[in-house]
Amino acid sequence: MKKLTALLLTGAMVLACVGCGSQGKDADAKSEGVMTHDEYMAAAIDSEVVIETYVQAKQSWWDDKATVYTQDKDGAYFLYNMACSEEDYAKLTTGTKIKVTGYKSEWSGEIEVVDGTFEIEDGNYVATAEDVTSLLGTDDLINHQNEFVAFKGMTVEAAGQDESGNDVAYLYSWDGSGQDGDDLYFNVSLDGNVYTFTVESYLCDSSTEVYAAVKALNIGDKIDMEGFLYWYEGVNPHITSVKVAN
Amino acid sequence: MKTWRKCFGHKSVHFAVFVLICAFVLTGCHGREGYAAFEMPEEFDLTRNYEITFWAKNDTNKTQTAIYEKAISDFENLYPNVTVNLRLYTDYGKIYNDVITNIATDTTPNVCITYPDHIATYLTGSNNVVNLDELISDSDYGFGGSKLNFDSPSANEVIPDFLDECVIDGHYYALPYMRSTEACYVNKTYVEALGYTLPDVLTWDFIWEVSEAAMAQDGDGNYIVNGQKVMIPFIYKSTDNMMIQMLKQKDAGYSTDDGGILLFNDTTKELLETIADHGSTGAFSTFKISSYPANFLNAGQCIFAVDSTAGATWMGTDAPLIDISADKIVQFETAVMMVPQFETGNPKMISQGPSVCIFNKRDPQEVMASWLFAQYLLTNDVQIAYAETEGYVPVTSKALDSAEYQAYLAAEGEDNNLHYEVKIKAAKLLLENVDNTFVTPVFVGSASLRDAAGQLIENTVKSVRRGMSAADVDIDAMYGEISSLYRLDQIGAQKSRASTDRDLGEMPRISVILLSSLAVAWVGIIAYAVSQVVKRKRNQQ
Repeated sequence: MKKLTALLLTGAMVLACVGCGSQGKDADAKSEGVMTHDEYMAAAIDSEVVIETYVQAKQSWWDDKATVYTQDKDGAYFLYNMACSEEDYAKLTTGTKIKVTGYKSEWSGEIEVVDGTFEIEDGNYVATAEDVTSLLGTDDLINHQNEFVAFKGMTVEAAGQDESGNDVAYLYSWDGSGQDGDDLYFNVSLDGNVYTFTVESYLCDSSTEVYAAVKALNIGDKIDMEGFLYWYEGVNPHITSVKVAN
Repeated sequence: MKTWRKCFGHKSVHFAVFVLICAFVLTGCHGREGYAAFEMPEEFDLTRNYEITFWAKNDTNKTQTAIYEKAISDFENLYPNVTVNLRLYTDYGKIYNDVITNIATDTTPNVCITYPDHIATYLTGSNNVVNLDELISDSDYGFGGSKLNFDSPSANEVIPDFLDECVIDGHYYALPYMRSTEACYVNKTYVEALGYTLPDVLTWDFIWEVSEAAMAQDGDGNYIVNGQKVMIPFIYKSTDNMMIQMLKQKDAGYSTDDGGILLFNDTTKELLETIADHGSTGAFSTFKISSYPANFLNAGQCIFAVDSTAGATWMGTDAPLIDISADKIVQFETAVMMVPQFETGNPKMISQGPSVCIFNKRDPQEVMASWLFAQYLLTNDVQIAYAETEGYVPVTSKALDSAEYQAYLAAEGEDNNLHYEVKIKAAKLLLENVDNTFVTPVFVGSASLRDAAGQLIENTVKSVRRGMSAADVDIDAMYGEISSLYRLDQIGAQKSRASTDRDLGEMPRISVILLSSLAVAWVGIIAYAVSQVVKRKRNQQ
């Protein structure tokens, strides 16, 4: 009986391993006619692209168009205004695998897929935030464009001044022309270099933790952040999490 | 940074318009009580307190926000019984969509910056927007009124051309707030480097020719004119304006005054064929496809950047507002010219800029408070300060002729902030060409028609950039797709607004379905009620 039990357990473990292995293989493999991330990056602007990728965050939906951050294990894909019903948008939970057909485009340095359509496929992958702090200010950073990334141990700097001329830690809109609910802009530094980060209000609105966390920042705070490595005339991360650094 | 594209497409607005019209059809038939027409009280009751909301649009410009806040503060000091709550927008389309949504829930703002095209849609319901005829002409509270607590412009001090742009169906439904037009910001240095001399008036032929010449590359793939890998010689920010102005200059059809759609014609087709030719070589692109013209212009990657005069502070080597990093900025001389023309002797350019409308409320006194605030925006303090933030022009001669504003214009180029040369030249461009400006007819759906005009260009350029030859672009098919996409066949047929006896044409299918559902529901309710009465009577017996 013991032998039989051991045999059954061994068999189950083998099957489980095979199962895990094939799931991993499936998650990595691209279907026929689908580009790898390298092929996508090598494709010419305005050419048709077909990709398989996994939803990491949804930025917005309106009138059958969705803007979504996606990523596979090799890199990220920003899907701008992809055709999407409201019903399908609800299905695009984090990790959902989708096959997207659209056109590669570049807008102010942001590489993206536009005029896309998609279908949901079997599979799931949630990216962990890769620490790219050391890449800030280097030419390598752009290779992680649109990926879910982390920045650690950065110091909050003045973002501007209020009406009384006092330094403030964040601004509503890029120059302080906005109001509560608008995008938040804040500056963080590392090794004497200052970078502007953003809480994009469509991605993380004023009800989110990160929006409140940025509004609670003080100049000089040391913080860790996570977010998506968006690009607009240079790096312009869309931050989704802010925590006091250990 | 300015802003990136918010995912707020024009289609969404246009869909909302369709829903609004459907809602109007439904509520009209169903007998929902709308607003009664505003009746002006004899006196503004200063003993009561009022809280009004003002939805304002700024160009993502801190100074403009500060001017709105100061105007509100100053007005509240003049009228301590009125509190004005400011809500800021940076996109006319977002205001339009939010207003439409709020009409449905009866939560419109009191005062709202908007375009007349949009007001036409707001008027779809019943007295949603206040007819300003009586308010404007009232001797006590109208323009220059004797009972106003501020120095309002008199009726003849509001520039007639600008005020007339606020007339819909023969009535004033808005006040002009600021006016602008489009300008072509030119890298004159590169034009001359290419062997050309800028003419007094730009023509389309000149721009196409120079743009194609700028596409020459060396053996390493660098563009010869700028030595860079990137060059889009001609970028247009608002392709709807581009098509509208081209058609006007050609005296070709766009729409009739009462909403007939004329856009899809042979001249439009010829224009799109030309645009396809230059889109296919990469000599022409658009904001939606490539990004802000100013970014490319300032980086020496664009020669002809067409944008609003209200975007002048972003244009040029020394622009006070810049989105690109300092190391990317290229030194060049910026010429500010009118948009390209087909006939230089008869130039035509769009008149645009924000207007202010007032939404109706059940309390006429609240409307009066709104009117007073809207009118306050025409005072010199507000007009001059706001006009100076960009290449805007004040809408009153009282402000235009003031010593303060004239001194501002005369100081052109004295510094690169308030007196930034490009910005003041842009304002002067409009001031010198008010008689050459035009606006398009306003009707329910005119905003969608405008979007469709731009989309024709966007789709054409996208098609050729994606490998289709210019000759293969099926413009006739595109006409059908875009007409359907923007529901011009449905919305455009609704030719009138405010009047209650309008002919709405064939009812949209969705309305028929919804009305039928309502009818069925009512039949069910009545049947149930009757059965209950019968049952009760039987029980009593």
